[in-house]
Amino acid sequence: MEIDILSNLALGFSIALSPYTLFLAVVGCFLGTIIGALPGLGPSNGVAILIPITFALGLDATSALVLMTSVYYGAMYGGRISSILLNIPGDEPALMTTLDGYPMAKAGRAGDALVLSGVASFVGAFLATVGLMLLAPVLARVAFMFGPAEYFALYLLAFCTLGGMASNNQAKAALSSCIGLGIAMVGVDDSSGLPRLTGGNLHLYDGIDFLVAIVGLFAITEVFFFIESHGKDSSIGVKLEKVTIPWKDIWVTRWTMLRCTVIGFIAGVLPGAGASLGSFLAYTTEKSIAGEKGKFGTGVPKGVAAPEAGNNAAAGGALVPMLTLGVPGSGTTAVLLALLVTLNITPGPTLFTENPDVVWGLIATLLIANVVLLLMNVPMMRIFVRILEVPAWLLLPGVTMVSFVGIYSLSGSYFDLLLMVCFGVLGYVLRKLSIPTVPVILGILLGGHMETSLRRAMVLSNGEWTYLFSSPIAIGLWAAAVAGFIAPLFLRKVIKKPQRVED
Amino acid sequence: MKIKSLRLLFISSMLVVASTGLAYANECIAPANPGGGWDFTCRQIGKVMYDLGAVDKPIQVTNMAGAGGGLAYNHVVAERNDDEKLIVAASSATTTRLAQNAYAGMTADQVRWVGAIGADPGIILVGAKSPFNSLTDLVDAIKKDPNSVAFAGGSAVGGFDHLKPLMVLQRAGIEDVTKVRYISMSGGGDAITQTIGGFTQAMSGDMSEAVGFIKSGDARVLAVLTEERVPGFDDIPTAKEQGIDIVAVNWRGLYVPKGVPDDTFNTWADRLQKVADSAEWQKIMADNGLAPFTKVGGDFQGYVDQVVAEVQKLSKELGVIQ
Repeated sequence: MEIDILSNLALGFSIALSPYTLFLAVVGCFLGTIIGALPGLGPSNGVAILIPITFALGLDATSALVLMTSVYYGAMYGGRISSILLNIPGDEPALMTTLDGYPMAKAGRAGDALVLSGVASFVGAFLATVGLMLLAPVLARVAFMFGPAEYFALYLLAFCTLGGMASNNQAKAALSSCIGLGIAMVGVDDSSGLPRLTGGNLHLYDGIDFLVAIVGLFAITEVFFFIESHGKDSSIGVKLEKVTIPWKDIWVTRWTMLRCTVIGFIAGVLPGAGASLGSFLAYTTEKSIAGEKGKFGTGVPKGVAAPEAGNNAAAGGALVPMLTLGVPGSGTTAVLLALLVTLNITPGPTLFTENPDVVWGLIATLLIANVVLLLMNVPMMRIFVRILEVPAWLLLPGVTMVSFVGIYSLSGSYFDLLLMVCFGVLGYVLRKLSIPTVPVILGILLGGHMETSLRRAMVLSNGEWTYLFSSPIAIGLWAAAVAGFIAPLFLRKVIKKPQRVED
Repeated sequence: MKIKSLRLLFISSMLVVASTGLAYANECIAPANPGGGWDFTCRQIGKVMYDLGAVDKPIQVTNMAGAGGGLAYNHVVAERNDDEKLIVAASSATTTRLAQNAYAGMTADQVRWVGAIGADPGIILVGAKSPFNSLTDLVDAIKKDPNSVAFAGGSAVGGFDHLKPLMVLQRAGIEDVTKVRYISMSGGGDAITQTIGGFTQAMSGDMSEAVGFIKSGDARVLAVLTEERVPGFDDIPTAKEQGIDIVAVNWRGLYVPKGVPDDTFNTWADRLQKVADSAEWQKIMADNGLAPFTKVGGDFQGYVDQVVAEVQKLSKELGVIQ
């Protein structure tokens, strides 16, 4: 078995180390990082936009796959840059990175935050690629063990740990996530085939795209605040002074990175869960381990490392079901899957035996791409930062322009642009009321999945609710969810009481 | 430095514009994001037409996702009704949704159906360890207890993957099919993993979704819903052989706006026929698990009318539409 992997890996590297393939990987990483860093362009539409180019260049299957997965990994790395510097997530999975990354940047440690998150991304993505290499065929079987009841419990776990995550006021966080859940219900309901809350408008039949909501709530809202303060008081435009490597922070967060890699990888392997859930679970897990004293949300290194390790590991994990089952683990892998099929490669249980050159070439490239990305994102950080380092009065219109173009390219309809502006207004109102906007996005992102899982479970069991606890996996997840919900309340008492005595 | 960063910003936005807005003579709208079946239809048919010299410039593909194709349909009917240079990718899903009034009141007679060339055969699939060894076994179990089998599929409730097993059961003599359970997954692959995992007892979908799982031995196809066995999958019996007369395929084809002159319609039909007859298309079909299914021109219009009527009837019985 071990010899198999070594000889396969040798085959992979012999393909990946050709100058041409290497060149494609570097180009892909560079383009991907820029795409990820620009708000409104995430990995999924970044890859989708670049697909025509692979056809235009007439690339063969391996080359096309190398280019596209480099873009994919690059975008996952790049998403954090605007999260940290602008407080605008570059893509959905980078959402959690704003929570500690931006406060850290505001405290004058932007360089440290970028390097630390770059290293965390590397750890997450590199170990996930190793995991993909060693465990893919075995892990693929995990998908067979997750039915509707198990998925419901998994999403429930995410929601139970949501409370108070982005705000000190639980009620406001709850209100905010309810708004998100409400928005998640818009569109055709898969379990009945009937449209809900669409007002008969065809544009709303597919629901509301996360990117429209994210760009509206973050970027457009920022513009409104900027206009209101006549350009004087924008929170945007954190200066990046010197970039040094914060060895101490990296050492302190080593266990955080490893734990979050495991969590993210598992979330990625499960079809339909993906990188957003990975970074979310990673962050909340670390937050509850650190407790109140961890000061998550105020710009601590662990809060920066956790979501980045988590979402990059999930990106690697999401390749497992895509390659071994032909079932995409996330939006981006769905686009990659389509690319594979167009290239006449049928992903599925037989891919590893029938197309070893493609699979192992890809794995070797991913390992190389990660090293390239680490180099790009740590010593060469400045290049990417410069894109975002113009004064706010220039940057904001620029970001807005790119956002409009990016969102328009999603559907080619102006309706999404109007919707985006509406989200901007919503974000403005919420921020004026100091209601956090992150739970809104999480509600949209996870609420829909949670609801459909529950509905499927109820159809399969004829409405018998005990079905939700019918497997050991489901029971385990329920226990974790209950613990995640109750433990903070309980721990707060334990931790706070001694403090009060000390005071 | 500022100029440099602005330039980068500009280049990256140009990248987006360039990939979406190149101007060519003819346009094919794929009513979905890149990568799906409709996108495939536009890109492959467009490419073959150009390669064969049936059109003089490459056909530009526009992705217009939304409302399961409804957005593009609305766009064509309302804004491009006499555009002679426009073709739009369609499939069984398009006619199913039109029949079920899922496009906000628009109907199938508001465009002209050019033709279908190639179809993804419908299948009924079970896990390798399933007790059902033939379609007859499955139908008998459902006859005994309609609640004993739950289907998973990649389309929404009332969608084509849901209707397929119900049509099978109706033709097998089961009158009330409303008790048969169906869960909608986000894609055919997802539906197959749920079935292999034993959460559902059978899966209804398309052949292309199942190829990997059939080869690996994780899943078995009980019946393929075509006239004849599918080339390359010769050991899989048709439903017809097992005594249930049904053909349900996910065809791939095109429509054009209603307002174009007959000449234009015929030109597109000829071009499509040329693609269907070409060796290049035969290879694309074989590579992508499509079975031959050619109906072009007036022949296809009749087929669409018949399918729409049947789906409408079944959907009413199911309560999907009033």
